[in-house]
Amino acid sequence: MALKIVKGSIDRMFDKNLQDLVRGIRNHKEDEAKYISTCIDEIKQELKQDNIAVKANAVCKLTYLQMLGYDVSWAAFNIVEVMSSSKFTYKRIGYLAASQCFHEGTDVIMLTTNQIRKDLSSPNQYDTGVALTGLSCFVTPDLARDLANDIMTLMSHTKPYIRKKAVLIMYKVFLKYPESLRPAFPRLKEKLEDPDPGVQSAAVNVICELARRNPKNYLSLAPLFFKLMTSSTNNWVLIKIIKLFGALTPLEPRLGKKLIEPLTNLIHSTSAMSLLYECVNTVIAVLISLSSGMPNHSASIQLCVQKLRILIEDSDQNLKYLGLLAMSKILKTHPKSVQSHKDLILQCLDDKDESIRLRALDLLYGMVSKKNLMEIVKKLMLHVDKAEGTTYRDELLTKIIDICSQSNYQYITNFEWYISILVELTRLEGTRHGHLIASQMLDVAIRVKAIRGFAVAQMATLLDNAHLLTGNTQRNGICEVLYAAAWICGEFSEHLEDPMQTLEAMLRPKVATLPGHIQAVYVQNAAKLFATVLQKHEGETDSQAAQETSQLLIDRLPLFVQSANLEVQERASCILQLVKYIQKLQQKNVEVAEEVTALFAGELNPVAPKAQKKVPIPEGLDLDAWINEPPSESESEDEKPKVVFAKEEPKHYRSRHTEVDEKELARRREVRKQEQANNPFYIKASPSSQKVYDAPGVEHIPVVQIDLSVPLKVPGMPMSDQYLKLEEERRQKEKAERKKKEKKKKREKRGKGRKADSGPESEEDITPAHQVDIVTEEMPENALPSDDDDKDPNDPHKALDIDLDNLLSGFSSRPLADSEKLPVRTHRPEVLKSPAEDRDSKSVPQETKKKSSKEKKEKKKDKEKDRKRSKEEKKKKKKHKEVEEELLESQPEEAVQSEETKEAAAPPTSTSAEASDLDFWLSSAPVPPAAAQEVTAPSSAAAVDTSSAAAPESEPDEPKDTEPEDTKSSKHKKKKQKKEKEEKEKKKKKRHHHHHHHGDAGGEDSVQNGTVEEEEPLPPMSNYSLLAENSYIKMVYDIQGNHQDESKVVVSVIFENKSDSFLKSMEFNVLDSLNSKLQRPEGAGPHDGLTVPFQLPPGVSNEARFVFSVQSIVMPQKLKGTLTFIVKSDESSTHEKLDFKLHFTCTSYLITTPCYSDAYAKLLESGDLKGSSLRLEGINMPFHHLLARICFHHHFSVVERIDSCASMYSRSIQGHHVCLLVKTSDQTVSIDAKCDEPSLLGNVLDEIKQTFSKC
Amino acid sequence: MIKAILIFNNHGKPRMSKFYEHYTEDTEQQIIRETFHLVSKRDENVCNFLEGGLLIGGSENKLIYRHYATLYFVFCVDSSESELGILDLIQVFVETLDKCFENVCELDLIFHLDKVHNILAEMVMGGMVLETNMSEIITQVEAQGKMEKSERLQDVFVEFSHQDLLDFYNQMEMIQTQLTR
Repeated sequence: MALKIVKGSIDRMFDKNLQDLVRGIRNHKEDEAKYISTCIDEIKQELKQDNIAVKANAVCKLTYLQMLGYDVSWAAFNIVEVMSSSKFTYKRIGYLAASQCFHEGTDVIMLTTNQIRKDLSSPNQYDTGVALTGLSCFVTPDLARDLANDIMTLMSHTKPYIRKKAVLIMYKVFLKYPESLRPAFPRLKEKLEDPDPGVQSAAVNVICELARRNPKNYLSLAPLFFKLMTSSTNNWVLIKIIKLFGALTPLEPRLGKKLIEPLTNLIHSTSAMSLLYECVNTVIAVLISLSSGMPNHSASIQLCVQKLRILIEDSDQNLKYLGLLAMSKILKTHPKSVQSHKDLILQCLDDKDESIRLRALDLLYGMVSKKNLMEIVKKLMLHVDKAEGTTYRDELLTKIIDICSQSNYQYITNFEWYISILVELTRLEGTRHGHLIASQMLDVAIRVKAIRGFAVAQMATLLDNAHLLTGNTQRNGICEVLYAAAWICGEFSEHLEDPMQTLEAMLRPKVATLPGHIQAVYVQNAAKLFATVLQKHEGETDSQAAQETSQLLIDRLPLFVQSANLEVQERASCILQLVKYIQKLQQKNVEVAEEVTALFAGELNPVAPKAQKKVPIPEGLDLDAWINEPPSESESEDEKPKVVFAKEEPKHYRSRHTEVDEKELARRREVRKQEQANNPFYIKASPSSQKVYDAPGVEHIPVVQIDLSVPLKVPGMPMSDQYLKLEEERRQKEKAERKKKEKKKKREKRGKGRKADSGPESEEDITPAHQVDIVTEEMPENALPSDDDDKDPNDPHKALDIDLDNLLSGFSSRPLADSEKLPVRTHRPEVLKSPAEDRDSKSVPQETKKKSSKEKKEKKKDKEKDRKRSKEEKKKKKKHKEVEEELLESQPEEAVQSEETKEAAAPPTSTSAEASDLDFWLSSAPVPPAAAQEVTAPSSAAAVDTSSAAAPESEPDEPKDTEPEDTKSSKHKKKKQKKEKEEKEKKKKKRHHHHHHHGDAGGEDSVQNGTVEEEEPLPPMSNYSLLAENSYIKMVYDIQGNHQDESKVVVSVIFENKSDSFLKSMEFNVLDSLNSKLQRPEGAGPHDGLTVPFQLPPGVSNEARFVFSVQSIVMPQKLKGTLTFIVKSDESSTHEKLDFKLHFTCTSYLITTPCYSDAYAKLLESGDLKGSSLRLEGINMPFHHLLARICFHHHFSVVERIDSCASMYSRSIQGHHVCLLVKTSDQTVSIDAKCDEPSLLGNVLDEIKQTFSKC
Repeated sequence: MIKAILIFNNHGKPRMSKFYEHYTEDTEQQIIRETFHLVSKRDENVCNFLEGGLLIGGSENKLIYRHYATLYFVFCVDSSESELGILDLIQVFVETLDKCFENVCELDLIFHLDKVHNILAEMVMGGMVLETNMSEIITQVEAQGKMEKSERLQDVFVEFSHQDLLDFYNQMEMIQTQLTR
């Protein structure tokens, strides 16, 4: 026995340590694997020994082998043994090994919980440190749950070394155990102001990481971060904070305004490039979030672009790369400022560094215009020829296609050129993007009718030379192009010059080597061609040619009938039989052409790729319900129909639809036509589109000039270059013509004329070579306006979307529930409880908990189930939401809340102290917001109104029940995870809302290639009107109905300090009338004033809200009031007083409420409403401005608008319906109105009249 | 977040790999190979940023690397990290290694993998940057080194004062007496 131990000790001296192992491996280069396997055997022996030192040594060697790619998970238990050694040296080895090879699936991890807890509380800081480091790599949900409390304690450890590690690891804990976020967050926030910079930095790190995923929950921390940003000198921390601000600004544009100045200062002052770069990046984000075109911001853009130019010009490739990267962000919103640096970017295209070239390519995307597209693409084509390495070449190819096809082919003036470019691209060998070229060819040929003749000719040549493309390899991606070529030739065969030749080309034996799905298209389209040929020869007396064609098909098709591909086989045999039958008829001299062509009659319309998804599910249809009884379990797997056909590219199925029941199709088409004709919102394809050449100067581009008989022109000058030349000539000529015209013109329009004359031509001057009509893609008529098609539902960060605001504010309405406290576990049995069970047992009437646990559970189910259930889940949540809303509505004190604060950040239940703090902080920005609001608020109306007007316009049939619910939900901000769609929608609304304060003038959606009529931007408007003013203070106010309470209105007053002194102790008081009363806090007397919750430094303004209760709303009324305040200057302070009159108009009792045309019609039909009318003369403004004004100033929404006539709707807070029919004809506007309360209506009409008499 | 830190030499031999997300050993090796493939074909004077490879996170992530003599130091990071900041971090890492090993060379890393890991653990934890101040890092590394050393002395002491040492002598004595007989 003793001898054995001695032997062990002695043996140890001969054991290999890590260094020996490494040396050994290096000495056995030839048979490394063999050597290592013997070493692993040795290690296994060593691990069997009792001596912990031997074990640790073995584990250390395993760590090395793990790096070399050997699986060492079999030693997991030994690693745990080494981890639990009392010696730091071994413990560290153990934890290192664990961090390298443990993961959630490692089962021994559950044995470590207690050991780790022991280490965490070890008196030795390095034991704790090592445990934390290890844990950060292999923490599991169970470990996170069990240790969260211990780690939280460590966040307040005396040693900063431990604190910073504990803070950092919290992020991992949150990820694995989201329930811990709420209880731990206050302490985490505390650490932002830790005395130790390392701990501070760690806290910033964690919060930034959290906020990046769910920024809106962290908006309220902005003031704190702002303070850190202005005080910190640690560049790391600064970079993180600045990056965080970049994520926050899109949610709160006011924050951006506040940031610009300090950021600009940093840009000017810092010497660290990394910091400079991040500042520029965030400034860009701010500028994107703010509206464009504000004068003082163009300076910031200039500064950014200028700094970026310096970066790009730097010899350091890294800076160059980053400069281009940031430039591409500016490009999205301020293309003009980037375009002036085109030279620089084109230069970068020639850089030897591929990354830089790729970045420059990205930028090119935004720099093209009608004018330079051809030139830029030519340059890219040159690069394609030169490029070595397929990846870069493929990238170029996709970029060329991207650039050309962007925003609906906006920049292409000559589609013949584009087709030639596509054809040239097919020469690329070994590209993966054959299908991309093919889909472009299809798209262009289908949607640009004018180009079909040319496209068909080109495709015919391609088919003729198919052998050049395919070579011998089947896997060559480029042969996908033939798919498009064959389809285009078949579908538009009427344009073919020699269909017979093409038909012949399509039936060559070589075709049989192509992939199945392409062959199928060949066969099908051969039939279409056959039909065309027949028709061509029909009139002729000599039926020889037609019969020859039939014979050709009968000869060649059997080849395809033998195909191994089912699709090919089936089509071929069908068509073969058909042709045989036709041949018989031909021999009897029966005219068949018409019937054969009828097989393929009818035009195919392009369908938007998302159309299918967007078809709303009709009411009462449950897709998850069984149609028949569910099949019994036994027959499940084997008898499932195999998906044989789904393999084919599904998007091309539309080409097959023609063959389905022709009659049915015709009928449907007829119905659709009818529907479209009756639908004023359907954009009809203009019938003139068949006309190909009608633009001036086009005679230069007849197809004849290009020698099409020469196949593909592989050597020599590429065809597209000829177009470039021609285009230049054409433009030259046009320009000359224009000049002539201009000379004739008098010089009255000099300004404009000069612009066009001098310098390069401006965009509008370039007329397209063809009058083309790009057909828009069809969408289902009642498609839902959502773009949320791609978001990963399994994102772990979704679980962390937890509201934290009310936690932070002092008097939280939702304090931590007992169940939310982190579990403290001392005994084993509890640990063994399964997590699911555990969660269930904790379910309490806390909807946070419920939801997150629900989500957890959801996650656990496998994906397929998940998808099925998501619908159910949605319903559930909706119900849930409704309940919540009801709850909210039953709380009248909620009414105090202003809409704005709600929108900004706070959830409805909190008294929004935090949010209003944030508001205050934000509003005390250097720019006096009152002024800013005056200037900018207006357009918001435009934004809101055009959107509300546009929504019903474009989707008149939208189901009634969904929309009101959504709007409702936007009023009641929910605090928890929402369905993404709703979130998106809300975001949209939010944005609109923010426009309310900083909107840009006329934020109309970008107009796509002439599909939407362009409207002039709206002039600025504001609802704030002057309340009172003296030399110290100015008050403006606006009154809004409260959505939740039918007897309350909210008066928002902006106080602006005009003096050089400090204004404080402001008290707002109103003399109540019988009808209207100021809401005073409980316990206050009926004549007490309300203290304004802020003070005003010189030049600053801020907004306060007051709630009034109103009984009758049918009459306008005025209330007298007084504001008292103390003016404090350096020497003295005086008590001042300002009287005012609050004017409650009837309009202020109206609430913008959307209404649908059918509901509206019903309302009018009901006959409960009494009418009245109004005529306005001399109104000199566009109709949409007029509507926008009514919408904005009088809280109406547009129900429907047809030409110069619109119906509008609004509702009073007490539920009166107000309907308007507005008509206009030369400067006269007539408004017919109906309302169930005649005096209210009369007053509203008077107010409308007043509004328009003012302007 | 930092997703992975890789060190390999000019031939693609891994010298250290630290993944902050779990992959199987095979995938890890593939990632290393792919990264090496991407990085090694780049010229000396091109930029140090690369779009992420296919395996590790895809286009969301960036590879940021530096090449020192025979070694590549590659950090794979997502969009929350500052590119230039990470470049600086690599520099700090290398300088720290240089201080701790005294003129670090590839062989040091090969033979002291555990030490490299320990140094890294003081800089980056669970994919987040823990400390960027070089002197602070070195202080902590050295303090732990000292602790290890003192334990090793203890070790000798403890092991040889143990019962088995006594037994060993007894045994030797017995053998000796048997031999002398």
